[in-house]
This record gives sequence, C-alpha cells and structure tokens, in this order.
Amino acid sequence: MMHSPFLRPAPGVRGVMLTVLLALLPGIAVYAWQFGAGILVNLLLASCTAVAAEAAMLRLRGRAVGLAVGDLSALVTAWLVALSLPPLVPWWLTVLAVLIAIVAAKHLYGGLGQNPFNPAMAAYCAMIVAYPALMSQWPAPGQLDFGAQLDLILGGPRNIDAISSATVLDALRTGLRTPGATVDALRQTSPFGAVGGSGWEWVGAAYLLGGFLLLARRVITWHMPLAFLLTLALVSGVAWLIHPAQFAPPWFHLASGGTLLAAFFIITDPVSGATTPRGKLIFGAGIALVAWLIRSFGAYPEGIAFAVLLMNICVPLIDMKTQPPVFGHRGGESP
Amino acid sequence: MRALRKLFSFNGGVKPAPHKAASIAEPIAIAPLPERLMVPLWQSTGAAALPLVQAGDRVLKGQRIGAADGGLSVAVHAPSSGTVLEIGPQPMAHPSGLLAPAIVLATDGEERWTELEPVNVGGTPPDALRDILRDAGIVGLGGAVFPSHQKLRPGAHGTRTLIINGAECEPFITCDDMLMRERAAGVLRGAMLMKHILQAREILIGIEDNKPEALAAMRAAAGSEAEVVAVPTRYPAGGAKQLIRVLTGIEVPHGRRSTDYGVQCFNVGTAFAIHQALDHGQPLISRLVTVAGNVARPRNYEVLIGTAMREVVALAGPRPDTNRYIMGGPMMGLPMPGFDVPVVKATNAILAGSPTLFPPAPPEQPCIRCGDCARACPADLQPLELYWFSRARNFGKAQEYHLFDCIECGCCAYVCPAHIPLVDYYRYAKSEVWAREREKEAADAARQRFEFRNFRQEREDSEKAAKLAARNAAAAAAARAAADSPAPSATAAEPAEPAAEGQKKALIAAALARAQAQQAAAPPRNTDDLSAETQAEIAAIEARRQEPATTANIAGGDATGTSATPTAMPAAADKKKALIAAALARAQAQQAAAPPRNTDKLSAETQAEIAAIEARRQQAARLPPEPAPEPPREPPLEPPK
Amino acid sequence: MLSALLVMTGIALAIGAALGYAAVRFRVEGDPLVEKIDAILPQTQCGQCGYPGCKPYAQAIAGGEAEINQCPPGGEEGIRKLADLLGREVKPLSEEHGVEKPKAVAVIDEQTCIGCTLCIQACPVDAIVGAAKQMHTVVEKLCTGCELCVAPCPVDCISMVTQAETVQTWKWRYPVVPLRVEGKRAA
Repeated sequence: MMHSPFLRPAPGVRGVMLTVLLALLPGIAVYAWQFGAGILVNLLLASCTAVAAEAAMLRLRGRAVGLAVGDLSALVTAWLVALSLPPLVPWWLTVLAVLIAIVAAKHLYGGLGQNPFNPAMAAYCAMIVAYPALMSQWPAPGQLDFGAQLDLILGGPRNIDAISSATVLDALRTGLRTPGATVDALRQTSPFGAVGGSGWEWVGAAYLLGGFLLLARRVITWHMPLAFLLTLALVSGVAWLIHPAQFAPPWFHLASGGTLLAAFFIITDPVSGATTPRGKLIFGAGIALVAWLIRSFGAYPEGIAFAVLLMNICVPLIDMKTQPPVFGHRGGESP
Repeated sequence: MRALRKLFSFNGGVKPAPHKAASIAEPIAIAPLPERLMVPLWQSTGAAALPLVQAGDRVLKGQRIGAADGGLSVAVHAPSSGTVLEIGPQPMAHPSGLLAPAIVLATDGEERWTELEPVNVGGTPPDALRDILRDAGIVGLGGAVFPSHQKLRPGAHGTRTLIINGAECEPFITCDDMLMRERAAGVLRGAMLMKHILQAREILIGIEDNKPEALAAMRAAAGSEAEVVAVPTRYPAGGAKQLIRVLTGIEVPHGRRSTDYGVQCFNVGTAFAIHQALDHGQPLISRLVTVAGNVARPRNYEVLIGTAMREVVALAGPRPDTNRYIMGGPMMGLPMPGFDVPVVKATNAILAGSPTLFPPAPPEQPCIRCGDCARACPADLQPLELYWFSRARNFGKAQEYHLFDCIECGCCAYVCPAHIPLVDYYRYAKSEVWAREREKEAADAARQRFEFRNFRQEREDSEKAAKLAARNAAAAAAARAAADSPAPSATAAEPAEPAAEGQKKALIAAALARAQAQQAAAPPRNTDDLSAETQAEIAAIEARRQEPATTANIAGGDATGTSATPTAMPAAADKKKALIAAALARAQAQQAAAPPRNTDKLSAETQAEIAAIEARRQQAARLPPEPAPEPPREPPLEPPK
Repeated sequence: MLSALLVMTGIALAIGAALGYAAVRFRVEGDPLVEKIDAILPQTQCGQCGYPGCKPYAQAIAGGEAEINQCPPGGEEGIRKLADLLGREVKPLSEEHGVEKPKAVAVIDEQTCIGCTLCIQACPVDAIVGAAKQMHTVVEKLCTGCELCVAPCPVDCISMVTQAETVQTWKWRYPVVPLRVEGKRAA
C-alpha cells in the first residue's frame, strides 16, 4: 500500500541526469568548435560503451535493466570520462576508461548510489597511470581536420609531431625545469592563451555557463564550486605573490586544465561527495588544495582527479563530523 | 494599530500546489444524520476509553458512553440519540486495517440531547476545568488527537504565549479556514478560555497568508484580545513546532513540552471545541471535515463522529474511479483500509483518491545522495542518513541521527528524485524502536522476577532444611528420653507408645497452626514485588475466586478440626480484604494522578483487564451496572457467608 | 648477539610485568560478558536451550559450552545480535531446540482448573497466582510465553494463546523494495 506523501512531483533521477547532460552541451559545442569534431566521436563511443556496460552489469547483478539504464547516470559518467580524456586518444582507450568507470568504479561497489569513488575520475586516474604517453597528447586549436582526427581515434599511426604534445599545465611543468625559466616567459610561448591554455579558455567559459544552469536548476548547490574555486585561487595566489617566477598566477589555475569542468560537473557528483553544507565546503576546498599541490609539486601535470579520489576517501568522516544541528538542538535557546 | 511582529523562519519546507480553492466555494454544510454510528473507543493518543454502556442501552445525544482511562485518555460520547447495537471490534480509521473496539449505535432520528451544563469557568479551579475537558472528550483536532487537558497544564515557569494554529498548511484541507471564517467568535472565545486555564499572557493566532478571508474574520473577532499574525505560506508552517518557531523564535526539541519553554499551541478547531464544551457544556461529538480530491463538489461538512466515511464522501459526489480514501492531507494523510471506516476526532479531511489524482508511487530508485531531502527537511535532519540507517535496520545509529525529531511531514519524500518512500522508512524504524523498548522492558521485568523466584526457592529450601533438622533433633531427644527410662519390659513399653503418638500429634498440630498463622500473616509470597496495578488485578482475581474458595476453606477447616483454623480464617480474610482495598486505592490514586506518560500501553491493557474482570464479577453478583464516574469501581468485597 | 637477546628478554619481562600488574589492577569483578549475553536473551526462562533459564544459558555461551543458536524465542534476530557481540558466525536456529513462534501467553481455563498448584511451581517468573484447591490464573502481563506450565497441568486446562496485533501495538512494515528482477532468483 502506498503511504504519504501522496504527491510526488519530483522529476526523478532521470530528470536530474538529463539536466546535467544539458548543462554539458555548451562546453561540448565550444570544444568541438575549437578542437574539431573528434570529441563528438569520442562522446558517442563512450556513450555506447557505457550503456552497454551498464545493461550488462545490471543483468549480471539480477536487477531490472530498463529502469536503471533509463536513469541516464551511465551517460553522465561516459560524457565526463570522454571530456576528461585527451580528445584524440585511440578508441580502445576511451572504451577501456568507460568500462573501468562503469564496471569497476560503479557496479562492483553496488551500482548507482553506492560507489565511494567518482567513477569518471577513477577511470581517468587508471588511464593516466597506465598510459601516461597517450594521456598527455593534446592537440592545439584547429590543428587537425576531422579526417585526421578520426584516423587517430581509430588507431592510425600516431605522428607525435602532428599533435602538440602537451597541455599548458604540462608545458609549464616541463618548462620550469629548465634553469632560468620563469612563468611569465613560458606563458608567451605557443600553447598558452591570454589566461589559460589557448582555446581551452573558451571551453572553460562554456563549462562555467553550464555550471550556472546547474545552480539555477538546483541540481547542485553553490558550496562545492565556490569553495573549490576560492581555495584554488587563494593558495595559488599566495604562492604566486611569494614567488611569481616559479608559481603560476591564480587566474591561470582557474582557467586551465579541467578546473571549471571539475568545479561544476565532477566534484559535484553527489554520490561520492559530501552531503552536509559544511561538508561540501570542506570537500571542495580539500580538492582544490590537493590539486594545486599536485600541479605545483607532484609528478603529474593535472592533479584534480587524484585530489577528487583522495577527498572521496574522506567523505564519510567529513559527513559524520559536519552534521548540521537539528531543530531544537541548537543550544542556547533552552530555558 | 497592531505593532508589526518580528517573524522567524524555519529551514526547509516545500510549496506544494494548494488545491484549496474548490472546497471553500460553499459554506460549511451539516452532514445528515446517519442510521448507524460507529464510535471507536480509542480516538486519542494514550489509552482507549472504557465503555460505560451495554448493548441494548438507550443513549442520548452527548451522553458519555466511554470514560477516560487514566490521565492520558479522554471520554467518548454518543453523537446522537439511539440504541447501542453492540460493543466490539469494528473497522478503524487506521492504516493497519486492524479492528478496534467501538460502540455501534443505531440512531433514532430524534436527536434528543442529554442534559447540558454550561461551566462557570471563573468559579471553577483549573484542575476541575481540565477534568471537565477530559470528560468532554476534547483532543487536538489538528490531527494529532493529543488529549487537550494534558496540554493545558502551565509549565514550570508559567506559560507566556498561547498560540492558536490556523496555519493549515496541508494542500486540499480547508476545514480550519472555513471554521475561522464562519465561527471566528467561537474560536476566539475558546482561545480566551485556554488563556485563562494556562494563565497565559498573550494569544497569537497564526494563519498562513494565503487565507485572507480567515485573517480578516479572525482580526475582526480578536480586537485587542489576541494578535492575528499572517505567516508566510510554506509547508509545514502549520506544524506545531514550526509555527512556534515562526511566531516566537523558540525551538522546542523532541521530547520536551512546549510549556517548559513558555508557549503552548492549539489548533483552531480545538479552541472552538473547548468553547463549546465549557460555554455550552457540549462534548466533542462532531467535527469539521473537508471532503475533497476526486469528488465533484469538494466542501466542508460538520460530521458526527462515527459516521462512515463512505456516507460523508457520498455527499460530495465521488467520481466513479475513486479507489481509496485518505484521512488527512496528501502530505501526511493516512490511507484508509476501506470505505466504511468511521470518521474519528482525527479526521480533518477525507480525500477521495484515484489512480490519476494520486498515482501509484513511481518505482524506488537508488539514493544518489543529492541532498534535496536535507534541504527540504524542516527539522534540519539529514534524511538520507536516516534512510540509510533505517533501511539497514541500524536503529541505534538512526536514533543518534535524531530519528525521533522527524515529524513525518513528508517534505523529504516529496522532493526525493529517486522516489524513495523515506517517511515509510522512518515510520518503520520508529515503530521497531518502540516495539524493542516494550520487549526490553518486558524482558527486564521477567529477569527480575525469575531471579526473585530463584532467591525465594533457595530461601524456602534452606528454611525447610532447618525445620527438618530441628525436628530430627527433637525426635532424637525423645528417643533418647525413652531409652533412658527404666524397666524396658514388654508391658512397661505399652504406655510409652501412646505418649510418643501424642507427642507426634502435638507436633503436627503445632506445625499446622504455624502454617496457618504464617498464611494469615504473610500475603502470597510470589506476589511480593508486584506493581500496584498488577496487585489490583490479582486482588480482583482473588475476589472472583472468593465464592468457591471460602466454602472450600471452611469445609477444610471443619474437617481438620484443629483449633488454629477458626481463628486464622477470619484473620486471613480480613488481611486479604485490607490488601484488596489497599491495592484498589493505590490503583485509583495512580489513575487519578497519573503522570502524563506518553504511552503506557501495558498499564492500559492491565487496566482494561481489570475493568473486564469487574464487569464479569458484577454480572455474576447480579448487580445493575451503574454509570460510576471513576473506573475502576469499588468492588463488593464481602465474601458471601 | 648477546646484547640483543638481553634487550629482547628485558623488553619481554617488562611487558609481562606490566600486563600482570594490569590484570590485577584493572580486574573486573564478575563476568561482564555473561551480563551482556543475558541482556540479549529474551528472558522467557523457557529452558528450550537446554539450560535452566536465560542466565545459565548466557553463562554456557560465555564459557564456550553452548552454541548461540539454541534460543527459539530470541529467534533470528537474537542469534544475529549474539553473533555480533561474540564475533561468531550467524547460524540458523538449531532445530532440535525448537522453532521461532509468535509471542503467546498461557491462559488457564478457569472452569477446568482443579487448583493443584503444579503450574504455579513450574512458572519461572511467578506469573501464575492461586493456592492449593483454589483456581489459578495467569497474569497476562507477566507471562513470558515459556510454555513450562502447559505440560505439568494434570487436567490440560492451560492453552497458549497467540497475542494478536492491536491498533496500539501495530508496527509499520518495512517498505517493499522491488529492486531485483522478480522470479529470477526464485527460479
């Protein structure tokens, strides 16, 4: 028998996921415009793999397939994986990454709602550890036409020179190793744009737009993005003020790499993130701090994925310690 | 002009579509008198009422037919004049679908009132007023049906503010709105009476700002006597704790009485019922019910308690696809097990449901921890964590996360994108916790009694052993004395034998006398550590046993012929009588001054049992049942000679 | 080599001494484990476990003489709690000790009772009142439903009556979650 409340107007998990996909569209459009339509092939590939893997895993686990595939959560994971990977990785790498995300990071932990780690980031970390070379080949804007991109994606011979082999974060890291190099001098060179990476600034701006849509539709709250971006600006700003030659300025950190995609779409994954308001602030700030540390001192150019996984581990503790006071138990108001 | 009051806010809440306009188009209508009324004995928080009538009795409208059983209980009354058809298990307005004892009346259509006595409120002490309200069956009419007389006790530091709750935040329900529009003066009069009983300093009437007519009507009636405050419309602004917070800024935690914080909150319907009870002497026999949902003409009706819901809904023209009734609103209402359940004091609305109006719940999906529920929770709980623990049956952890602060408002389930029936999980967890507490109490009591019994048996064994040893010693001494006597010849031995026999007889007589004396002096030992009500029950059982027992005892006494019996018997009887009287007095005292315990169900059951046994005994003694004011009545204690 | 041996021996001795001191200093009177086990047991004192009461059974469990699945009134949940407490495997209820039944109370047929007091002596929690040649009655509130009074009655006037659920004791059910595909596992 059904019990109260008898009104259930909530849009459903599908509605939430659909909004997220919708909010990703501006970013994807700008991505394709700046770097070629190859990303669309990757997205398609990732989507098909994700849905197939999701259905297979649900069947294996004896769950109703239709409803769970229909919630679109696998599509969101697939898109985030595809957008995190370099756009011209061979097809099998995309497929492998999505399989890791859906099968290992999601269903082996019990499916939607049970995974302790962000599936997209878990897949990204696995890939960057397993295929560091492939994972660091990023094209420059407008460098390759669609045919050449398709060729690379389908496993054609990879002429490394054809692909500008680094992101700005990577270029900065390698560049700073040469004695006498400064951040300012490096930022005059090719992959760098006015603020972050050339072309990537625009993609970032489009993600920001999508992020505002998520905020407006109340799919996410302001806590995590704000804490993440503010902390990143703060720590990078302090380091930059102390030693401007060795540390990139805060606006560079905000505009480059996956910062904006992460701020609104990745760290806000509700399943693996903190849920209390204060917990969200701590979670976002923690990711920013760890990400900046890895970017500045670690062995990998981009540290957000590792930062997210590290903070995922802390979520149960954060949630437990940040329980908001309950109505009537706030103290100070009892007679 | 009234000063602008600073309003406070509570976190969370939702804004469902109100659906209120349809049922306020027409004024309140009086529902026609049904042929049959089913008045459940259990209509309030606490214990069920004890029936005062028997099948076949003629009753008058407003006559008390069930008496309050203990402090947390109220009386029930005949909603109309007629004949009692039966008293027994009937369908109940409860989601369980279980039957509950009810008094079924066949109405005679004459609507003859019993004698009503208006109360001189000024000249009656507050305690007496509270008793009058209990006997008038007044409970909170907002839906919680908590006995009002228990809420009308001033707190330790007095009650400053009396809040009258006219917020009515649930969608569809408009009975409070219509009551305030049409009977504002009565509501205000009731509020004034409560203010007098509570010795409160001010009255605040909180009404959601989507009811301008009710606000205007109440303001016109209130004048300077009370302040009518428009509160922002947001569900659940009508929750008592939420309204207290909005109007005064005070947060009353779970398990604390709001009077301890200097405030008390009553529903407008309760205020009107108190006005009727004290000013007109009229008990609570009817209430306003909103009939809405899948009906052609939603409207508010004044309905006699005990009317079948089907008959009430029929007045509003239910559409053919109506498949169930919901008692209350769509957010917190309870699904009814059938169409023929009676309207009770808790029935503020009957919503006719259909598959299109209230579609079956969408399938439950996994929780994605989105936190929408936490944002919607007016109690600032983390519903997702509570869900997690309740689902895993980890009730201890659920309580740590303040499960019992949940008011079951339904906001969390309303916003949940995964369509999880969150409130169902909390209700499940709560009732499991309560059941476990009951079991734990029972187990602890059983352990104590088991240990006491073991202790008693050991004591008896050692006493027996000591006695045996003493007797052996005495026998040995006698034997020695016999052996020491001179001339052990065959003839000389003869007189010794009767002497020894006489000695043995004397010993037996002495033992019997001792046993009798002991019996007279001590109550049955295995009832030493019983609670008052249980002793009362035992006393009642013993009294019932008096007839055969006494004759058997007297016969036994005659047969044994020992000198101890005739003196011991009256002593034992006196002692027993005194015990019974004492136990009954204790039970009565406890009943009269019972502390406001939330649910003392064990006690209620026991007391019901006492009543049943007494009724049986009275029947046996062929005494006409008298409507005594206070159960349990004094039983006839004299054993028949 | 020798110094290492000496150091190790020294450490062992020191720790041993500390442990020995702690054992004396922080000695716990009685056996708290028995109390904890006893708190989980349902206190029906029915003896179905093979021990004369819940406390002796608790002592037997604590002493490792008894299994944790010998208590039918405690049922599945009791076994689970015991397993949690003792860190043992959850086992199904041992069949030789009985089956889990809904809670019942003994009721004496007052017309048939001859007043022999045998049931009074059998009742482990003194829930039956009465005296020789007088009718006996079970105090329902105190009865644990152990059934120990049923067998001794010479006139078979005691029956066990299952306690029906009332509106007051009714519990909300566990929400039904059809997550798994119906029939798939059952097949």
